[in-house]
Amino acid sequence: MKSLEPGMTLIVKTITRLTVGLILLYGVYIVLHGHLTPGGGFAGGVIIALSFIHLMLAFGREVALKKISEARASVIENLGAVMFLSIAVLGFSGGYFFFNFFVNKGRPFHLFSAGIIPLCNIAISLKVGAGLFAIFAALILFRSSEKEE
Amino acid sequence: MKMLPFFVIIPLGAAFLISLLGKKIRKSGDILANICTLSLLGLSLYSISLVHIHKVLVYKVGGWGWVPGIGSIGICMVLDGLTSLMLVTVNVVSLLVTIYSINYMQKFTDKVKFYTLFMLMLAGMNGIIITGDLFNLFVFLEIASIASYALVAFGTEAEELEASFKYAIMGSVASSFILLGIALVYSYTSTLNMADISLVLSQKGSGPLVNFIAVLFLVGFGLKAALVPFHAWLPDAHPSAPAPISAMLSGVLIKTLGIYAIMRIFFNVIGIATTSILSIVMLLGALSMLAGVILALSQWDFKRLLAYHSISQVGYIMLGIGLGTPLGILGGLFHLFNHSVFKSLLFLGSGALDYTLHTRDLRQMGGLRERMPVTANTNLVASMSIAGIPPFNGFWSKLLIILACVQSHIQSGKMIYMIYAICAITGSILTLASFMKVQKYAFFGKLNEKWQEIKEVPALMQLSMVILAAICVVSSLLLIPLFKPFLQNAVEALLLGTGYKDAVFSAAK
Amino acid sequence: MSEYILCFTLFCIGLYCVLRKRNIIKIIIGLGIVEYAVNLFFVLIGYRLHGRAPILAKDQAITNMVDPIPQALVLTSIVIGLAVTALIVALAIRIYEKYGTFDITKIRRLRG
Repeated sequence: MKSLEPGMTLIVKTITRLTVGLILLYGVYIVLHGHLTPGGGFAGGVIIALSFIHLMLAFGREVALKKISEARASVIENLGAVMFLSIAVLGFSGGYFFFNFFVNKGRPFHLFSAGIIPLCNIAISLKVGAGLFAIFAALILFRSSEKEE
Repeated sequence: MKMLPFFVIIPLGAAFLISLLGKKIRKSGDILANICTLSLLGLSLYSISLVHIHKVLVYKVGGWGWVPGIGSIGICMVLDGLTSLMLVTVNVVSLLVTIYSINYMQKFTDKVKFYTLFMLMLAGMNGIIITGDLFNLFVFLEIASIASYALVAFGTEAEELEASFKYAIMGSVASSFILLGIALVYSYTSTLNMADISLVLSQKGSGPLVNFIAVLFLVGFGLKAALVPFHAWLPDAHPSAPAPISAMLSGVLIKTLGIYAIMRIFFNVIGIATTSILSIVMLLGALSMLAGVILALSQWDFKRLLAYHSISQVGYIMLGIGLGTPLGILGGLFHLFNHSVFKSLLFLGSGALDYTLHTRDLRQMGGLRERMPVTANTNLVASMSIAGIPPFNGFWSKLLIILACVQSHIQSGKMIYMIYAICAITGSILTLASFMKVQKYAFFGKLNEKWQEIKEVPALMQLSMVILAAICVVSSLLLIPLFKPFLQNAVEALLLGTGYKDAVFSAAK
Repeated sequence: MSEYILCFTLFCIGLYCVLRKRNIIKIIIGLGIVEYAVNLFFVLIGYRLHGRAPILAKDQAITNMVDPIPQALVLTSIVIGLAVTALIVALAIRIYEKYGTFDITKIRRLRG
């Protein structure tokens, strides 16, 4: 029986090294253009989390956790939620909860337009991405502890 | 009026701030949670005065406009009499539970996560109460439910995990039924605002599709409220949670998620033109009363006995509301408020026993009055309230429900109301028997040798139990004409029926 | 009309799975099927005949779009389903550690 070394075969590791950065970039693109094309916060956040999970699957748990530790993922998650809530509360300056407080509404169909929607997308993607990564890291823990017995 | 969103903002902000700062600054979790619940209680008491002046208040989120004829484009938040009653109930119980859990949760490993989940559950419950939009109600319902699934499994013993798994699967299936009902409502009326749905339903008329939607909602919300065919998760889930969470679950969660949603949708949105729905609700309520109390007679686990009594008392509330007459609804809503207070006091008392003795079995306790006087006396007050003994508040609300049954029997001449009244009286006698057993085995009698060195529980836990017992005694005064508007506004808000939409439309311009 | 009946059939298949299967993982999969069926039904309600995807782009008419509101609501519902599934799977793993089996007829310590 060959020994249990973390991660998958050499082919998977090479392809992962090439594509992980591109997946992260694609996720960021979907988040930032959420008000123009389909996608937005949820879908973009999931793709960003998938790039880190791809690292975890191909190289093993410790390599991915060196990039982002679980404590730091928890901090990012909470920051995303607090950012979303503060954007909503800042709307009170215009009079209502969740009010669109930008004065310059921008031109339609351009990147800097549509008020508070891009900021909300970024906050949601931080929360969803960090949350999904933390869930996956926590569930993988049980498999490795079982194999050690 | 601008303070309506703060009922959701304050607990959400507190949840994430506690999660950020909890590990670094010691005791920040306790302080933040108590400040949050104290401010929420202040806001909800202020809302009573607001409702007294203007009857209905509407807040449009985001300032999105109001088109005459269609109604609201965005999400609305509505404050009327029923809303303020539920807000006061939820926030009073949650303040006292957070005071209690400062000391009780020292035994568990992770207090920061406990406070985060607790604040999320509180945000979900407040959101359900104040919203005026059907899908927004579903989202807040899911937030509160998921937080409660995680809180039931908090201790991670084997039995707690099994109870939480059962609760999670049944709760998720119920949520799917509710979502299916919302999808059918949207396909029929093409709007999601509650006032607008009732306008379209009154114009289009109700056919078999609306009856199907009403049955789906009854099944979904009935499972959340633990009515009798759907009660099987409650006797496992409520004892397994830590004691402050049992008090919140049994005291307020089943009331806001289940009973408030049923009241709002059946009375104000769909309208009770079809009284067959109300007679089904009354039948399920009467079944719950009897089934809950008969199953509770043979229990020796203290918290499991209290959980079965929760099922029985929810049956009383549904019987009172299902009658549809002003006296019946007044009795049902008053019993809702009373049951939150005395059931959470009973669960906090059982938590105090668990904290000192580390057991929940009634057969091993005995004669604890000498060593734990405060716990014993407050528990006696709560037991007398739930059994319906005169000066305490449970007596008045049960009397109102039974009188309303007899009144309906005299007015309509149908025998079924007299049968319901006899069921209610029987349930009350059996409840009295069950709690006499509890008091005899736990507090009176001779002190067991094992418990010679126990002491009373810490001061903060005593403080919250004493305040709840004081509310038990004082809230019978809610029926005198000086304080009666608190309940009467809620009764009138329900009796408006489909007049709800006219009140909301006129208040929103 | 026929697609609504098929969605309802999928819902009933998922419900059968939750009620009758003995393995915990199969119950979780059944719950997933129930949630998929309800989401699919909700999106299909918004369909308009010969409609196009509801994206606001330059120089394209907006009168022949399908209904965008159910799509936004289903996005929220999918994320809620994800959260519930993650929680229940974590519970199932912990149950396996404590009880040693995945069979729900043997996980019955709470009774009475």
